Amino acid sequence: MSLLKEPDYGTPARAGEASVQVEVDGRCVMVPEGTSVMRAAALAGIDIPKLCATDSLEAFGSCRMCLVEVDGGRGTPASCTTPVASGMVVRTGTPKLEKLRRSTMELYMSDHPLDCITGSGSGRCDLHDLADRVGLYHMRYGQQGVNHLHEEPDSSNPYFDFDQTKCIVCSRCVRACSEIQGTFALTISGRGFDSSVAAGANETFMESECVSCGACVQACPTDALQERTIVELGMPTRTVLTTCAYCGVGCSFKAELKGDDVVRMVPHKDGGANEGHSCVKGRFAFGYANHPDRVLKPLVRESIADEWREAEWDEAIGLVARRMREIQAEHGRGSIGGITSSRCTNEEVYVVQKMVRAAFGNNNVDTCARVCHSPTGYGLKQTFGTSAGTQDFKSVDQADVIVVIGANPTDGHPVFASRMKRRLRAGATLIVVDPRRIDLVRTPHVEAAYHLQLAPGTNVAVVNAFAHVAVTEELFAADFVAERCEGFEEWAEFIARPENSPEAVEAITGVPADQLRAAARLYATGPNSAIYYGLGVTEHSQGSTMVMGMANLAMATGNVGREGVGVSPLRGQNNVQGSCDMGSFPHELPGYRHVSDDTVRGQFEELWGTTILSEPGLRIPNMFDAALDGTFKALYVQGEDIAQSDPNITHVHAALAAMDLVVVQDLFLNETSKFAHVLLPATSFLEKDGTFTNAERRINRVRPVVGPKTGKHEWEIVCDIAQAMGYDMHYDSTSQIMDEIAATTPTFAGVSFNLLDEVGSVQWPCNETAPLGTPTMHVDGFVRGKGLFVETPYVPTKERSTRRFPLILTTGRILSQYNVGAQTRRTANVAWHPEDILEIHPHDAEDRGIEDGDQVTLASRVGETVLRAKIADRMPVGVVYTTFHHPVTGANVVTTEHSDWATNCPEYKVTAVQVGLRRSMHASREVAEQVPTALLSD
Amino acid sequence: MDTPSVVRLANDIADQFSHRPEPAAVEAVADHVRKFWDPRMREQLMALARDGHVDLQPLALRAARQLQ
Repeated sequence: MSLLKEPDYGTPARAGEASVQVEVDGRCVMVPEGTSVMRAAALAGIDIPKLCATDSLEAFGSCRMCLVEVDGGRGTPASCTTPVASGMVVRTGTPKLEKLRRSTMELYMSDHPLDCITGSGSGRCDLHDLADRVGLYHMRYGQQGVNHLHEEPDSSNPYFDFDQTKCIVCSRCVRACSEIQGTFALTISGRGFDSSVAAGANETFMESECVSCGACVQACPTDALQERTIVELGMPTRTVLTTCAYCGVGCSFKAELKGDDVVRMVPHKDGGANEGHSCVKGRFAFGYANHPDRVLKPLVRESIADEWREAEWDEAIGLVARRMREIQAEHGRGSIGGITSSRCTNEEVYVVQKMVRAAFGNNNVDTCARVCHSPTGYGLKQTFGTSAGTQDFKSVDQADVIVVIGANPTDGHPVFASRMKRRLRAGATLIVVDPRRIDLVRTPHVEAAYHLQLAPGTNVAVVNAFAHVAVTEELFAADFVAERCEGFEEWAEFIARPENSPEAVEAITGVPADQLRAAARLYATGPNSAIYYGLGVTEHSQGSTMVMGMANLAMATGNVGREGVGVSPLRGQNNVQGSCDMGSFPHELPGYRHVSDDTVRGQFEELWGTTILSEPGLRIPNMFDAALDGTFKALYVQGEDIAQSDPNITHVHAALAAMDLVVVQDLFLNETSKFAHVLLPATSFLEKDGTFTNAERRINRVRPVVGPKTGKHEWEIVCDIAQAMGYDMHYDSTSQIMDEIAATTPTFAGVSFNLLDEVGSVQWPCNETAPLGTPTMHVDGFVRGKGLFVETPYVPTKERSTRRFPLILTTGRILSQYNVGAQTRRTANVAWHPEDILEIHPHDAEDRGIEDGDQVTLASRVGETVLRAKIADRMPVGVVYTTFHHPVTGANVVTTEHSDWATNCPEYKVTAVQVGLRRSMHASREVAEQVPTALLSD
Repeated sequence: MDTPSVVRLANDIADQFSHRPEPAAVEAVADHVRKFWDPRMREQLMALARDGHVDLQPLALRAARQLQ
């Protein structure tokens, strides 16, 4: 499509019925009470000139351009700050108003570079457009007087510049930073003529708290804040609507292009998940798609000791198919398998699991959700009946009490975090359950009522204590439970036992009983209480138990089945939900139906023309074990770097090295490809055609900006392999794959590309009953019929701190990097996080003679690595933290084989470790500072 | 010699159901293994149970024997 310019109604919409009638320039319009005159005019088709107003921000009334006259009223009020009144008659273009606007504009232009369009500017400067519109052709004041035209630009941010000479101090950037993003990094410094936009305490953007979300750039009506790519490439000329390929929020973006070059990614106002907001990754970190490291032709080699050589597609696909069949002939049908990727589309994932089941002839398919949210799938299916979160993101706007457990939304899910912070600033109460003092605990204008700083690995004890309070203090929802649930009596007897009380678990969790009891009361009495959780819940030995524990708690207190409540997993990658939906687990066909279900299996067998095994296949960690046992010999890996992301890397490397054939389909050579025999080049999200499903079950279109740079869509590669293996698998287009998904998967029955093109996005279930999708689940009943209470006894992890490994390591992610960093490390985002850092409490650091910035060793019983230390009092004593974004660190060298009992999701969040000053650093500091060695010893 | 993975995994499952009365606990462990384990893992576990592997805890052992 041509460049999409979304309408701007000037001020935000107001909720409610359109009950107020006003007349604007002779046109009548009905709007909800509280609507501004500016918005009413825009809805009537009249665009009142404006500079400081935009409909993503509350009205400010500073620019004096949107003045109107109201019959019977005095003066010329600003239309953005004037609410409508019934019967109001408004005039927007009288000679008096035009003169006033011209005069005001004259003042603006007298302190604005006249070449901002013809110079480096984008040509989108609203100020110039408006100057033309108000008929300002001559300026009486000139630019000889005192002005700001000498100010130096701030080019500290790698993605955008701030040019004060073009700034009109309208505060849109400042308000975007506070109202939309919630960071409050920008302010107006000085008074009167000296007023200027300032980052932090008059720092550069990079030095300030700015998180580079881009909201300020988007809000700026001039070129003062501008993407650098606009200067480099010029103004875009066309738009492709697509979906971000980073986290599970699934933001909709306008990819704005000039030719085939992406000039910028602009968040789409109509995006159901993000409603026009973005983060530093989605907004700016797309350059990896054109990085010179991209592999664009297939690579093959006989053994992993050989050099790679380029091959044609036919040769590479033929090699994969031939070797897979040879290995099966020698070692059996179950000796090969595949792994799907949460970074790929639903369609790409669906064909991989189909290839495994139909062409490989086994169920050895798993997905990278194994190592993140597989416990969510298990736990929510057991209790609610379906493996997905209960709410849409908007639901948080109705929450009174928000509980964040084991999640760090401001880093991991920043766009949702901004929405959550808006609700918290508006009055909702926050409870954070996390060993670390995450940023959300205390951030501008937000402070958690309770931060339950539990010991890692004790989630279940905490959630049981919450439920204990609800039951024993009779704060449970008796009617809801009686009508909607089963198993309550037995569960209530279990949860009311003294060992589940806050007082009893205090010794285990470290959470003061009075705080836990008070937080539990708060949650139970909401009235609308919502749980949001992340990998700090799932990546534990009791990950699935904890998910069921939260579901129990939500059911017991009646916090399921309406807006403002629920149990919502914050999914890590863009298509974790979708990859699970598509039948990627070895025990489930698409739609979470067990392979032992004869009816479901029969449906697929008939459609696919083959037989499907009724027994589960191997999970990823089982594949590694089987490889080392010699029964699993070949693996196809779609877009996952298991040799960096999976736990106990030494074990993973040994398993990969033991296989006869490893096929990697990826954008880049990576850690896993070091063990691969074939590398099949993959497509970036800018080349993909298909759908992603986000954490709120929202199915969004991913539209290609350009064709595949590799010459083939990924689903075509998979079909080619299946064909070469003798199984007839062919589609004419991506939409045909979605049609097959819809035909076989009840929750997707109504989904088609046509529907998505028409309505934007839908949340599954989307079927005859809910043709436009289902924002909130379990409204009138649970998917499984009645919600099931499951007893969740706390079982301590077997990973214990010892004298040798006295600290507990927990791992996670930070804002600017993503997963194994394959994408973000190939962008300017490395400016924020060039290496993995070990956060350590000052006391633990002092005990070991570690100072901020020192290189330290991090060792567990399975491995050791080296990284830089950051002393951080947000860590509790005895707990250290790092990320796994950089392969040079290889944080998973130290993580262990322990896993969730139900799903084998690795226990990334609890590893007993020791930290010590790196010897070489130790020695050099010894000389330099003459510090007694005894004090520095680990 | 390292403990086989299936022993560790079976013990982990057993730990979660050990609060239940015996027949139900055994069935719950066995049912979980049936639903989620690849047959070769089940066979390995059953073989270890037949030999009475010392590291298999009693509930896991009984569940493994029920799989026979």
